[in-house]
Amino acid sequence: MKLLTLPSDTNIPFMRWRVPAVATSLVLCVASIALFLIFGMNYGIDFRGGSVVELRFEEPVPIGELRSDIGSLNLGDVQIVEFGQPTDVMIRVEEQPGGEEAQQRVVIALRDMFGEVAEFRRVEVVGPRVSGELARAGAIAVVAALFAIMAYIWLRFEWHFAVGAVLTTLHDVILTIGLYSATQLDFNLTSIAAVLTIVGYSLNDTVVVYDRVRENLRRFKRMSMPELLNLSINQMLSRTLMTSITTVLALIALFIFGGEVIRSFTFAMIWGVVVGTFSSIFIAAPLLITLNLRPNRTGGDDPAAADDESAAGEAAAAEPARS
Amino acid sequence: MLHFARWQIVLIVLTVVVGILAVLPNLLPRSVLADMPGWLPKQQIVLGLDLQGGAYLLYQVDKEDYVDKRLRAVTNEVRQSLRAEPRIGYTGLGVVDGGVQVRVRDANQLDEARERLSELTNPLNQSLFGGSAVDEFELTEASNATLRLAFTQEGLDQRIRSIVDQSIEVVRRRIDELGTTEPSIQREGEDRILVEAPGGEPEQLKGLVGTTAQLTFHLVDTSISGEEAMRTRPPAGTMVLTTSEDDEFEPARPYVLEESPLLSGEDLVDAQPGFDQQTNEPLVTFRLTTSGARRFGEVTSRNVGTPFAIVLDDEIISAPVIREPITGGSGQISGSFSVQAANDLSILLRAGALPAGLTLVEERTVGPGLGADSIAAGETAAIVAAVLVALSMILVYGLFGVFANIALVTNIVLLMGLLSLLGATLTLPGIAGIVLTMGMAVDANVLIYERIREEGKAGRTPILAIDTGFARAFNTILDANVTTLIAAVILFQLGSGPIRGFAVTLALGILTTVFTAFLFTRLLVALWVRRKRPTAIPV
Repeated sequence: MKLLTLPSDTNIPFMRWRVPAVATSLVLCVASIALFLIFGMNYGIDFRGGSVVELRFEEPVPIGELRSDIGSLNLGDVQIVEFGQPTDVMIRVEEQPGGEEAQQRVVIALRDMFGEVAEFRRVEVVGPRVSGELARAGAIAVVAALFAIMAYIWLRFEWHFAVGAVLTTLHDVILTIGLYSATQLDFNLTSIAAVLTIVGYSLNDTVVVYDRVRENLRRFKRMSMPELLNLSINQMLSRTLMTSITTVLALIALFIFGGEVIRSFTFAMIWGVVVGTFSSIFIAAPLLITLNLRPNRTGGDDPAAADDESAAGEAAAAEPARS
Repeated sequence: MLHFARWQIVLIVLTVVVGILAVLPNLLPRSVLADMPGWLPKQQIVLGLDLQGGAYLLYQVDKEDYVDKRLRAVTNEVRQSLRAEPRIGYTGLGVVDGGVQVRVRDANQLDEARERLSELTNPLNQSLFGGSAVDEFELTEASNATLRLAFTQEGLDQRIRSIVDQSIEVVRRRIDELGTTEPSIQREGEDRILVEAPGGEPEQLKGLVGTTAQLTFHLVDTSISGEEAMRTRPPAGTMVLTTSEDDEFEPARPYVLEESPLLSGEDLVDAQPGFDQQTNEPLVTFRLTTSGARRFGEVTSRNVGTPFAIVLDDEIISAPVIREPITGGSGQISGSFSVQAANDLSILLRAGALPAGLTLVEERTVGPGLGADSIAAGETAAIVAAVLVALSMILVYGLFGVFANIALVTNIVLLMGLLSLLGATLTLPGIAGIVLTMGMAVDANVLIYERIREEGKAGRTPILAIDTGFARAFNTILDANVTTLIAAVILFQLGSGPIRGFAVTLALGILTTVFTAFLFTRLLVALWVRRKRPTAIPV
């Protein structure tokens, strides 16, 4: 019945590539930050205020014509894009000067202009007061999540793991921000949800690898760190691959069939899963070496663990009593 | 790990059965549901506004507007208080920097003035259970015999709180009149009101909620024309207001009105839309309270021949001339209304005025068409995702993949069941959360199966390998899922509307995942092991 076999018993020397891998990541991180600083992000109305209106016309409408029609309303910066199909357009209007009431003017003007010929499928207006609050809340949420998770991992592991996990997650967050900056995808509240989900997923992956590292640390007390990390990653490789594959499959289904509204969310998630998988192998593990989790001790100080094999054997022998 | 006591099996199966029962109402039409025995759960998953279409409107009480109005009222009180016999001479009465200020002419009368004004500090009851009463205003004194009444912070906060409560009441009365299905109106934070109403046209809703609907009747001062008063200054005690600017047929016309109103919205007992018997134009008829009717009767008998103005939120609706004394206690307002406008105005008048203006600070409306499309898209995506995940599990793990898929289905059933029982709201991001859960839920099974493989390779007998595989994978599963749970909880704290829906499904999905992977799959595998007694590692 089994038709596919995942690679098992692999012995890929991941740690041999750790320097180029980390270097690549660093370059990507720096590039992301640079992109962010130079081009910024395409903040949506949630954070910048303004209006979004999604219209469905009875028949396809040339965007250029719409642009000149709407231009006559003097609403400032207006973006008009086709949304999903030729009859659907999304119109985004920047925040109007003049406080909360002024924002409503946009919707009223658009309703006057298109109320007869188009269905108003979605209208969103965020005033200046709320947009500021939402931006603050979003930033707080991401930072709070990182801290809460660090605290939990610290509780369950040694501090090296906590720091390693948070740095790895931070890496994923930075690369995700880089993606938003490079593609100029709308960055809104849903994107914060995407970032937090990526945080959750990436950590999930990292914790699984760390969990195995912790176990192997107890088992093979004399193994060198790079060797031990390699072993742990290889042991978890088939799981890492399988979970990434099923998750990405589910996300691809969402991306293709889930509709226009959540497409950018799904796109960011797919990127996050790929980055998260990469980082749990190539960032999370090497960080443990950098953080000096196991100082270079060469045995002798722990007579009970004189021999790797016998340690493993003991663990195995002790097993039936545990279950 | 493969041994289950009978009560454990019963408990696990019972949980799954409850899950199935909780999901069922979602699949049955309401008519069938009504006929089912009472002990069965009947709650259906609530669809979010982004799926069923509707409006999410966040309003903020206009503090400045309230402060402004209140200070103007206090200015009047100060004037009356100082004019009372024996009169106290004063100058420079007015609103300065958010307080009412007045200078007493004769320093000898300062004590008396202070006495009188201190009565206006208006103590507010803080609560039933003691606590010192809070004054709304604080009376301070500057060097040159100037007295000043300014809001205290606590007083203002308390006022705003009660204004929000009153506003919620008024808004509820107005929306109830519309007959919209189950709107939700609640306080958000200090000074905001969130209105969520499914379905329908948001524009009418916005008109009804956002209008202050402060109705007043004023006598028109005919000693000076409106245009002239606008150029110069209106006489003391009068103000200039204009007719509606939206009227296409008539440009806005200014009128000079007496500042203190003859009647206000509180004097109305009823308002109904109707039609003019001659012209058949839509209008609003109203009835006055007994005292209102008496006052209106007196004033109209004294002022036959002069016009009076009907003012709604500082805009003149109409300014008819009083032809004869109106003593019957009822009247009508005509002002070239549409049928809809007459209807809305009568709703507003019946429900009463808002104590302060409400400003719309966030609006999100979704039409029913988009909502239906989103549901369809979400369903398709979920089905495709389920098939893809299930196929890959079977391809890789064979029989155990089938177990994992049974667990996956159970997982989704339990998740939907929980959502139904909790009455949680399902949003489009929520559907995304479910689909994501499908992808990640198999992770627990993958962890267990890979562990079993490893234990088998380490030389354990199949049964022992399965046993240790479950035992050792558990810690990993727990740690990995708690971290995601933390992210979900924080997301819930932050989120509004749709995002909360995502956080809820993600968090509940984690709970059901741990349950199905660790108890349900294990039970399936245990039953299989008991029957087959496998001699080779099955995964």
